[in-house]
Amino acid sequence: MFEKDTTKDQESGNGDDATLSPMVDVIEDASGITLYADLPGVPKDSLSVRVQSDTLSIEGEISLPQIKNLQANHIEVPFPKFVRTFTLGQELDRDKVAAEFKHGVLTLHIPKVERVKPRKIEVTAA
Amino acid sequence: MYRTYTSSDLLSELSRLQRQFQRLHNPTSSIRGFGLTDFPAINIGGTPESVEIYAFAPGLDPATIDVTVERGVLTLSGERKSEIEDKHDAVHINERFSGKFRRAVSLPDDIDPTQVSAHYADGVLGISVKRHESALRRLIEIK
Repeated sequence: MFEKDTTKDQESGNGDDATLSPMVDVIEDASGITLYADLPGVPKDSLSVRVQSDTLSIEGEISLPQIKNLQANHIEVPFPKFVRTFTLGQELDRDKVAAEFKHGVLTLHIPKVERVKPRKIEVTAA
Repeated sequence: MYRTYTSSDLLSELSRLQRQFQRLHNPTSSIRGFGLTDFPAINIGGTPESVEIYAFAPGLDPATIDVTVERGVLTLSGERKSEIEDKHDAVHINERFSGKFRRAVSLPDDIDPTQVSAHYADGVLGISVKRHESALRRLIEIK
């Protein structure tokens, strides 16, 4: 449905680059952060979840079954790509991110880093 | 105004706003609007043989989705439970829809209500409604 069909908006001029922002829910508890993202229509192999330094990026390309001679009449999801990025705090352990993807919902668990033991600082007299 | 998917790109956003303003000036939409809830977002298309509807409804149990066709109106309804509702943790962002939803689409006259199929995959509910055999365009041969 998102191929070069005749209903593509000519005015925007940048239909190829335009992306959608997926809706998310983000909660936090003592163990870390949990993120839920709605990515309907994205097959598992089109989903990309990346952590780079302190940036988490989620990308997904919608892929619907191709139907011959399909003409769009009413479009509420206009672009085929989801993109969203977040900055992560230092206390989050980016090496231990766990991800699940089911029925178009991405669930990410980002735990907090294990607490470094507090270091006692010697105070010397002046 | 629908809570439509927002684009990450400023120019596309401005274009979308422009289209929405145009719609306000020329509101020739279906008399039933397009539903009682914004969720799920719907794309509708047609082929000479069928009407195709894609409802972007992630996170549902397909057994609980209700799809009915009655007097030319296709209705899809159900409920999406929130994963975050019962947790009493800090909620930083809450954008996703939860709760009961219902959307209705007026179908054209030429459809066959006994020929409806629905398929749920990757969070998208795809519904195909075939048109009546007799309504299909026939080429008239000139002898």
